[in-house]
Amino acid sequence: MSASTVAADSVAPNAATRPTFAASFGAIFTGQLARAKIAAIPIFLAATLQSVGLVVLLKGLVDKGNTVTEQSVVAGSSVAVVSFVALNLLAQRFGALKASGALDYYGALPVRPAAVVTATAAAWASFTIPGAVLVAVGGAMFYQLPLAHVWVIAPVVVGAGISLAGLGALIGLVASRPEIATVAGQLGMTLVMFLGIVPAHRLPGFVQAVRAVVPSTYAVDAFAESFKHDPRWTTIAADLVVCAGVCAVALALSAWAFRRAVTRR
Amino acid sequence: MTAVDVGCAYAVSGLSKTYRTRPRRGSGDEGDAQPVVGSANAQSVVGSDEIDLRIGRGEVFGLLGPNGAGKTTLVRQLIGLLRPDAGRIELFGHDVVAQPRVVPDFVAYLPQDDGALSDQSTSVALETTARLRGLTRSQARSARDETITELGLEEFVGRPIAKLSGGQRRLAGVGAALIASRPVLVLDEPTTGLDPTARRAVWAALERRRAELAVTVVLVTHNVVEAETVLDRVAILEHGRVIANGTPGDLKAMVDRDVRLELAWRHDPPDADPLVSSLRARAVEHGRRWSVRLPADEARDALASLTNGPLFAALDDFTLSTPSLEDVYLTLGGAARDLERT
Repeated sequence: MSASTVAADSVAPNAATRPTFAASFGAIFTGQLARAKIAAIPIFLAATLQSVGLVVLLKGLVDKGNTVTEQSVVAGSSVAVVSFVALNLLAQRFGALKASGALDYYGALPVRPAAVVTATAAAWASFTIPGAVLVAVGGAMFYQLPLAHVWVIAPVVVGAGISLAGLGALIGLVASRPEIATVAGQLGMTLVMFLGIVPAHRLPGFVQAVRAVVPSTYAVDAFAESFKHDPRWTTIAADLVVCAGVCAVALALSAWAFRRAVTRR
Repeated sequence: MTAVDVGCAYAVSGLSKTYRTRPRRGSGDEGDAQPVVGSANAQSVVGSDEIDLRIGRGEVFGLLGPNGAGKTTLVRQLIGLLRPDAGRIELFGHDVVAQPRVVPDFVAYLPQDDGALSDQSTSVALETTARLRGLTRSQARSARDETITELGLEEFVGRPIAKLSGGQRRLAGVGAALIASRPVLVLDEPTTGLDPTARRAVWAALERRRAELAVTVVLVTHNVVEAETVLDRVAILEHGRVIANGTPGDLKAMVDRDVRLELAWRHDPPDADPLVSSLRARAVEHGRRWSVRLPADEARDALASLTNGPLFAALDDFTLSTPSLEDVYLTLGGAARDLERT
């Protein structure tokens, strides 16, 4: 190249147009969904097979006719699919991105951290829909639970998915090392699985207290309630409202953690 | 805001950054060669030390230095991702330290790590990036197609970036930095791992943007050839300081009395020979390859003695070359570790 510089224009360049929050969300969500085409089969198989295994194995342990436990097993196993991907894998993903400095890519773009974490959480939550639905419907049929209100799985996956993905992102972004993010994500997933599948009344008092503060509990309870012939809709609605609240808090915290992770390397 | 110097893209003054770091745990190039103060548990690393720079609009400006010289630390401050301890950075008159979020409105950045895009195909990564720079979906698609053609990405555009070769991955990342044009491009080692054809495609793309749109390019490199080929001006960094700043020609003029004699020995040369011992005293040795910098007349005499005497039998190959930026770097006290010459 020549050593001369181009004569400067008479005015400084204008700032480019920033994308709106909705446009940023759309672009990242679509980009992450495209990822599903690449990673869908391993994610789908690993997350779903784990829960299918739980549903089948626990059949041998659940007393015949113990409907409450059967509802709990199916609801807990369905939400476990969500936690495998949204909490566990997303914590790993953000932990790795933070450790390698790859978050600089987003940090240098005119997008808000909230758009990045919300869109990523929503995309990863949606990866879990097929597996969660399969376990929900298949599990209900396997335990002969009523399928009339099984559609409740849809808001449950959205609520549990986004809140657990928000928490997964938070874990990955605050962990000082990727290994810690991985272990914390796996422990979180185990906790969600254990507290979701074992019926609340079978847990000792202090574990019930833990269960009350684990956000997935409300998703599991809402879904378990839907297996009753005559569900209490106010309970389901209240549980889903709690899920929505957790989504908002988890996403706000992970947006804060994202900004911190990018600027404090 | 004071009167804006429209001919200036970046004006940096008195920039200093020291950061605390825990003992290294694996990767990361920063820090290992920088001045370190402190105990084994927490160390203060000088990332930038009183840096002053002026990068003109439409200029291809280089930051040259080995790993750990503080290039990435400086660049992350330029793009507002790292807050300096002291000093000023102005981007087209905007105060980057006070308003770091203004940077993405003017600057596209290529980080060293492309992990954020690795789970997508090149095609999706380009389109997503373009949309995140404010393009509509249809604009983003046409920008994507133009970038694919410009950089010759057609062959692997549909495959996940994580599954591409190192050079292809880097080229995909460069595409993401170039898409949806910004008036400033800050590229952290854009051509690392690229084959010569791809490297030329990147250089041509940068030149096109500079010529047509007066785009300013800040290019981090540790490749001497790249620095000499594409840069209008270059700042040489060592230990977080700018140890030289000028056009490649100006800088080389600082050492133009010297030439470089490269010798490759077939077997160990006899130490008893006075010429061998005199050359060895000044040589940087890599096994049986010696690199000696010395005044031109002395080099000519040495080469004549080597090629006409009995030592010729021990000599496998030799080259005599004019000074490069690497020689400037060595003259100024740099260690020249990790500088690439190809």
